[in-house]
Order: sequence, then structure tokens, then C-alpha cells
Amino acid sequence: MTEQNSIWVFIEQTDGKIADVSLELTGKARELADQLGYEVVGLVMGRDVGPLAQQVIERGADRVLLADDPELADYRTLPYARVAIAEARARKPEIFLIGGTPNGRDLAPRVASALRCGLTADCTDLQIGEYTIRKENKTYPNLLYQIRPAFGGNLIATIVNPKTRPQMATVREGVMRLPAARPDRKGTIEKIVPAFEPGDFALEVLSRQVRHSTVQLKEAPVVVSGGAGVGSAEDFALLRDLANLLGGEVGASRAAVDAGMIGREHQVGQTGTTVRPRLYIAAGISGAIQHRAGMDESSKIIAINTDPNAPMFQIAHYKIVGDVAEVLPLIIKTLRERSMDQREQE
Amino acid sequence: MTDQKPVHSAVLVKQVPDTHRITGDVMTKDGTMNRNALPAIFNPEDLNALEMALQVRDRCGGTVTAITMGPPKAANVLREALFRGADRVILLTDRKFAGADTLATSYALKCAVEKAGPFDLIFCGRQAIDGDTAQVGPQLAEKLGIPQITYAETIVEVSSSQIVAERALDSGSEIVRCKLPCLLTVVGSANTPRPASVRRRIERKLAAAPGEYAAIRAQWPEFESDEQLDAYLTAHDLKIAVWTAEDIGASEEQVGLAGSPTQVHKINFVVLESTESKTVPATPEGIAAMIQELVHEYIVG
Repeated sequence: MTEQNSIWVFIEQTDGKIADVSLELTGKARELADQLGYEVVGLVMGRDVGPLAQQVIERGADRVLLADDPELADYRTLPYARVAIAEARARKPEIFLIGGTPNGRDLAPRVASALRCGLTADCTDLQIGEYTIRKENKTYPNLLYQIRPAFGGNLIATIVNPKTRPQMATVREGVMRLPAARPDRKGTIEKIVPAFEPGDFALEVLSRQVRHSTVQLKEAPVVVSGGAGVGSAEDFALLRDLANLLGGEVGASRAAVDAGMIGREHQVGQTGTTVRPRLYIAAGISGAIQHRAGMDESSKIIAINTDPNAPMFQIAHYKIVGDVAEVLPLIIKTLRERSMDQREQE
Repeated sequence: MTDQKPVHSAVLVKQVPDTHRITGDVMTKDGTMNRNALPAIFNPEDLNALEMALQVRDRCGGTVTAITMGPPKAANVLREALFRGADRVILLTDRKFAGADTLATSYALKCAVEKAGPFDLIFCGRQAIDGDTAQVGPQLAEKLGIPQITYAETIVEVSSSQIVAERALDSGSEIVRCKLPCLLTVVGSANTPRPASVRRRIERKLAAAPGEYAAIRAQWPEFESDEQLDAYLTAHDLKIAVWTAEDIGASEEQVGLAGSPTQVHKINFVVLESTESKTVPATPEGIAAMIQELVHEYIVG
């Protein structure tokens, strides 16, 4: 019996809770697998993680490979890589998707190197298609198109791995949509027994501090984002004021984060958070593709920039050519006056 | 028992186009890219990696070897590494390396590290700004068969047998202890890289790879022949070693384009679809009208 072609998803969990991105990818894998007639397999690792298997099945997996072992309690590169590499070698998945979290970005290259297969980081879209190598006069069908911005974001590249398997890709949280859970879905749960080697324990975790981010960008109805054009960390206070008035959250472009104006947890874009708010205000953000990839599905976009040719203006519904330091106070003032008028009317 | 043996480190560095400075000039009218419009720089997090290696040398003694793979002009980042404190620098350059993806790159670096080593610690920047993949570090660790500490921010303790380091993660932080040899990828918040010292810059101003001898001699006519310059540079540890694929014993099928499983199927220039949009004057009246509209559409409550 030949094993069915499969698409794998690494199911990342912390303290028994599955990372959103893993379920988002399970949903995407389901879509791709339905196109190809493949099976979706979730690879779950951890300690006492048996109950997670059904959750993965409900989001679209046909089969769950369950490695439940005390040595897998907390994420560590080598024990996790050992399991993923051994299983992938034995079962030969066609596609292997991993969430672009710190752990996922630590694990994926280690696995890809051992399997000598291609890996594309931070894809913003995944599709199925074919690829012809002219020199060989050969067409490779049913490949994973790994689509991501490239070279400073002026280009969108479609990457393929025609000859090596699995075709590996990482995707950040929020890029794919979380599928609805279907409690009636059935799947197979298969336990796997890790075969560790002594060298896998060369590293031990002495302590771990989990910081629960107070920034709730992904779910915010309004995001007020600042870029290099904001000028300084102090000027971000204006964005905070506006975000508070609108019941929203403060976002930022990578340029603003790299310049130290605001923390990385605020970053919107390909290597940050993907947002789909009903209103996105881009203040002093020129609009590189990496940034736009993380916000271009916003319902309404207001762009403020001194440069009338900023790319952000081309996707904005409202274009305001002007200095952030002058325009934002105007918006804040207008909103405050409005809410005062409302109060007087009540 | 305290362990006082010196620690030998390798730092993998990369010369990258300064993608943070992309402006309209970089894209030409026909949609192609003018790479020359971007300055080539030392990848920022690789400077943090170099600094971390230099701090280990300050604490434990030992040496720091900087290695880069790239075109001949990548010798510039190696000179910079020398000015900042590296003891030895190696340039991997060969047409056969061209077109390498992260897998082929990590293979070539592995061959070079094995030839130049042994090392106790290998440092890489977390990621390079021209690709942002953060893949080469872990792939190199796997190829060397050693453990990895990604997102390293602080070295708490280090000796020639083990290291204790703090990792900076989006979700918090982690302190790990690891046996040596191991590989670290270093984040930008780890340190402030020391600048090149003026003394080192003066002492090492002649540092050059053989391909650069003609240019050096044009500037310093006292060297009458390449041989004479070569002898001088060798005697003063100023010769930038240049290694080819053959020199590092790399298999041709595993380097460059041939060794890269990923292929670029197509490149799309980004064409922005113009949204139906309104230009709002930056005046109180303009802003008020816009907000009125947003209120009507229930976008603003």
C-alpha cells in the first residue's frame, strides 16, 4: 500500500494551548489538500497533549501524528527537530507548513537542512500550480507556490521547490484565516514514539518568562499606525491619543520599529502582524509591500504623508497630503468636538 | 573547577544592499531594479554577532574569525570586521556559489567553518535585511551537527565547555544552558557594536584580498609588484584569505544554483490597484467632512 500524499502542519502548543497560526495553517492545508486530493496531517508534540488532536481534526486535519513525551514538554530545538525529521523521512509528506513564530522559525530551517529540502520564510500566500524547467523540457505539476515579497518589498516572488520534498514554508500568524471548528469532523490519531539520542539534550532551558502581549492588534477594529514620517517616539503619543479615541490599537511600520520609536509587538506587515480592521490609519508610512501585505484588507484606509507619491496613497480611500504632526491633531480635535456635541445633545 | 581555556569563535557576516533606504530611484521606469542605487552595507545584526564574539574574547581570551560569502567586493565587510577587532578574516568567493538559496549557502559556510576551525562558538546575525529569512544560522548549525541558540540577546556565562544565554522572544524570554560547540544567532537588541578603532583602522588600512592588489598598489606605489605586496600583507596578517569552492572541498552539486532546491518561478512587479479614493485637504473643514462620511458608513462610531 502506498501512503497517500499529504500536507503536514506543525501544531505548535504552549502549556496545552495550540497557537492560532497552527490552526490557521491547518485550514489553509485543508483548502490545498482538497484541490490536490491529499490528506492533511497535523504533527502534535508535547507532554499530555492528547486532547489537542481532536481540535486539529476539527479545523481540517484527516490525521494527527501525536508525539506525547515528557522530553517534549517545552519546546527545544533538538528534540522537536528529531521527531519532525524522523517522521518526515519515514512518511515523505509533499508539503510541510510551519507557523512563523519564534519557535517555528527556529525549527523549520533545522528540519529543512536535515531533509535537504527547500524552505521559504514568511509567505503571504500559498497556491498550487505548475512549473516548467525549459532546460529539461519538463513540467512539474501540483507544486506549492510560495509567494512572498522580496528584495525590500518592491517585488513579489513566487518560489517553487520542483525536485525536493517536502516543500516547506513558514507563514506568520494572521496571514491565513482561522477556519471555523467543525465538531462533527472525524480523523485518525496515530501515536508516535520518539527515538531521541543523547546529543538531543545538549541544551537545557533554565528558566522561561512568558510575556503576554498587551497589544491586541489582530482583533482591533481600528488600527492607527505610524511610520518613519512620525518622527520620534514622543510623537507616537499622538497616535495613542487617536487610537484611544477610536477604541483602537497603535500599529507601526517596520521603519518606525527599527528606529526604536515603538516596540516590535506593534509592527504590522509581513514580518509583523496581519490586520483586517474596519479602519486603518497610516500616518507617515510610505507603504512598502511588506507593510501593505499586513493591512491591505482593511475596510477603509486613511493615509497621511508629506510625499504625494507615497505608494500608500494608491491603496488608500482617503489621501491626506500633509505632516502627521499637523494632521493628527486636526483629526483628534474634530473627533473630540464631535463627542462633546453628542454629549450635549444627550 | 574554573575553566580558563580560551574560546575560539567564528562569526558569519554578510554584505547586503541597504534595503532600508529603498527610494523611488531604485525602481526604474520600466519596472526593473537599479541595484547600484543601493549602498552595500554590513548586515546590521551581523555587527551585533561580531560584537558578542568580541565580548567573549574580552572575557575568556581566544580568537575571533570573521567569514563571509559573496562577490569580491564583500571584502569590504571583512575589512570592517578587522577594524572592529576580528583577528582573522576569510572571504568565500567563487562563481559557483552564485544563486545560492539558504540551504546551499549554509552548506558552503559549513565547509568553510570546518576548514577554518575548530571553533567553540559560531555566531550569526539573526537575519539579513535583504531576505529576512533567519534560516542560514539554524541550517548551518544542523549541517555542523551542533545545537543552536536562536535570538540570543545576552551571554550570562561562558567558558570553553558551556554557555548560558538569554533568548529574546516575541512571547517573552528564556535562559538556556548549552554545551559547546554551539551556534548562536544574535538579535539587534543584544548590544551596541563597538566602532572601528582608529588605531586598528590605521594599522590595518592595507588589508586586502589578492584581487584588490592592483587597486592597493595604485594608491601605495611603494609596492612595486603584487608579489612584494603579498609578502608584506602576509607578514603583517593583513591578507584577506580568499577561498573558492574547491579550496573548502565543497561538492559542486551542493553549492550555488545547483545546490538550491528553491527556484524563483516568477517575479511580479507590484502594480497597485488604485482604490476609489478621495483627496482630503489637510484643513479643519476637509477633516471634518471625512469624519462625517466615516460616521455615516458606521466606520467611526
